[in-house]
Amino acid sequence: MATVSETVPNNVMAKAIKEGIFAGVIAFLMFSLFVGIETYQDINNQLVWRTRWGLLAVFVAVAAVGRFMTVAFIKPHLDRRKLAKAKAGILEISEEKSFFHRHFLKFALVFLLIYPFLSLLIVGKQGSLKYVDNFGIQILIYVMLAWGLNIVVGLAGLLDLGYVAFYAVGAYSYALLSSYFGFSFWLLLPMSGILAALWGVILGFPVLRLRGDYLAIVTLAFGEIIRLVLINWTDVTKGTFGISGIAKASFFGIWSFDTGSPNNFVKAWGLSASSVYYKIFLFYIILALCMLTAYVTIRLRRMPIGRAWEALREDEIACRSLGINTVTTKLTAFATGAMFGGFAGSFFATRQGFVSPESFVFLESAVILAIVVLGGMGSLTGIAIAAVIMVGGTEILREMSFLKIIFGPDFTPELYRMLLFGLAMIIVMLFKPRGFVGSREPTAFLKERKAISGSFTKEGHG
Amino acid sequence: MEYFIQQLINGLTLGSIYGLVAIGYTMVYGIIGMINFAHGDIFMLGGFAALIVFLLATSFFAGIPVALLLLLMLLVGMLMTGLWNWTIERIAYRPLRGSFRLAPLITAIGMSIFLSNFIQVTQGPRNKPIPPLVTDTYHFGAITVSLKQILIVVITSILLFAFWYIVNKTPLGRAQRATEQDRKMAALLGVDVDKTISITFIMGAALAAVAGAMYLMYYGVASFNDGFIPGVKAFTAAVLGGIGSLPGAVLGGLLIGLIESLWSAYFSIAYKDVATFAILAFVLIFKPTGILGRPEVEKV
Repeated sequence: MATVSETVPNNVMAKAIKEGIFAGVIAFLMFSLFVGIETYQDINNQLVWRTRWGLLAVFVAVAAVGRFMTVAFIKPHLDRRKLAKAKAGILEISEEKSFFHRHFLKFALVFLLIYPFLSLLIVGKQGSLKYVDNFGIQILIYVMLAWGLNIVVGLAGLLDLGYVAFYAVGAYSYALLSSYFGFSFWLLLPMSGILAALWGVILGFPVLRLRGDYLAIVTLAFGEIIRLVLINWTDVTKGTFGISGIAKASFFGIWSFDTGSPNNFVKAWGLSASSVYYKIFLFYIILALCMLTAYVTIRLRRMPIGRAWEALREDEIACRSLGINTVTTKLTAFATGAMFGGFAGSFFATRQGFVSPESFVFLESAVILAIVVLGGMGSLTGIAIAAVIMVGGTEILREMSFLKIIFGPDFTPELYRMLLFGLAMIIVMLFKPRGFVGSREPTAFLKERKAISGSFTKEGHG
Repeated sequence: MEYFIQQLINGLTLGSIYGLVAIGYTMVYGIIGMINFAHGDIFMLGGFAALIVFLLATSFFAGIPVALLLLLMLLVGMLMTGLWNWTIERIAYRPLRGSFRLAPLITAIGMSIFLSNFIQVTQGPRNKPIPPLVTDTYHFGAITVSLKQILIVVITSILLFAFWYIVNKTPLGRAQRATEQDRKMAALLGVDVDKTISITFIMGAALAAVAGAMYLMYYGVASFNDGFIPGVKAFTAAVLGGIGSLPGAVLGGLLIGLIESLWSAYFSIAYKDVATFAILAFVLIFKPTGILGRPEVEKV
């Protein structure tokens, strides 16, 4: 093999130039209409066009040079490194772990616990609003949703493309019940979880017979049905206007965060008025909910039902022949996953103070599923890392106003948020098809616990 | 009765468009067993290509005959989306072939997000209206049939026939069917599997482009997020007909089109998509492989 890898550089160069030119031509043809020509409406509302040769040239150049560099330098380099690794006999999963690696979870938890105060200390009250709310709470909501979906997809191996439906059920349960009956957050939080779980069973029951991609499309359809009903059932849900003025969560009924109320938290503690306290409180609620999800998942994996889920993922027929009731196993997976979606939904409603069907589109389901798969299905740490990178990364893009200096004042980084999100999904999958965390620790083992490669776990067919 | 026939005609038109898109889903699924989520956005790209060709052609050649213009829109759209789908398959799906099942699904969803946002960024988020291309209508008693409806149904029929011929009567079609049945065996027997799969993607994209151009002609407006809803419906059609089955895709498309227009006519427009999805769920619950799908054999 060694002789093959040391090919004549000239040969590689020629190939790289050829491929670079080819990529350039392809890119020119592909982008000629969509980038080379801009359509817009003039003053008379007539659709007209103008050319953008400069931008087209940039696209073509990037494609050609990128392809050339890949073939000429990056690929040979990667091949050499792989070969060197293979020669040295380094396995992908090593038993030796660094100190940081071993105690990663403890560090992460401590960091999360002091995160709001850290941001208060560093950027002050007004600045930390952004860091606690946009980054902390936003990411943790996705962590929780992804951990909830992980039960269905990662553990039980049921591909669910309509998970956002349960999120919607949770959010609307809280929004409707609190605005019509005035129930408090602490009563409605478990209630929305139960309602979502109920919907999980209702939706799960008819699809039990379906497998694989049929299951995926029916769950997608259910997700869309729930969203469409929310849009069209205007008497109750107010349609696309959504429900606003949803009550805030109180400090377990002792202190309220409403500015007008007599037992206001800020007044009771003699603090200066700021909404940051409420945000910090919400941060700890969602952190606790996340921990609950993780705890339940970890515990369930060691219980018969969790083992049955994983067995179902590995081989459904073997499961049935061993006497596992696949109906209840699948339904409990659906219900448990949906319950956490419901919790997250009711939290979302109280945090936003406003819910509308806009928040529960298919894209959200796709994002959550992407986080689960990118993190490495079944691995809680991996999923959390994926959520931080994908959600945090797109949030950071909102903050990049300095890019305006480079690209001119018309440049709005927010426009590129989802574009880059889609690209990131593709790139991560191409380089790490098994997700960020490629190893698993089975809960059932013989004699000693060993981390195995993620490639050994199946993803299920159901 | 006239009202019913009128709705039937409308449904047939819509169903033809869904059917064309559904074929792309079903072929890709049949041949590599993957839900190509980006296919709806390929349909949208086809619509945009047609829109831009329309603008260019009308400003360069002012009095261009409508028939020639339509042909140009269809052809350029087909080539353009074929090229796009070829590249997409090459970059995002081929490296993951043989990897685990969810990986290409995630890249496909990523590609779908990328494509619709790419068009949003490069062409702007607003709806793009074009003046009506074909305006003739014919009256049969109380029933009105517009020329564009006839055009859509006729073009669809021609394409379906051509397509049926390619898949069933040509060496290429044989290679496709062989790859679908057993990829490894086909490769051993000398079928160039990579090429066959690439051609399948190009063919699917070309049909989607035609559907996109006709959608643009029918509704007279294009938007960057046009890919999702028609895409999901076409996919629903493919599943309803039995995914992997070509006649099933057409049948499913026509059924979805009919359900949609009849439901809007007799019950409520607001719930037409709910009806579509609910019927899909019902069909799958009672016949889990779709109407014309082959029953899956479970092997241990």
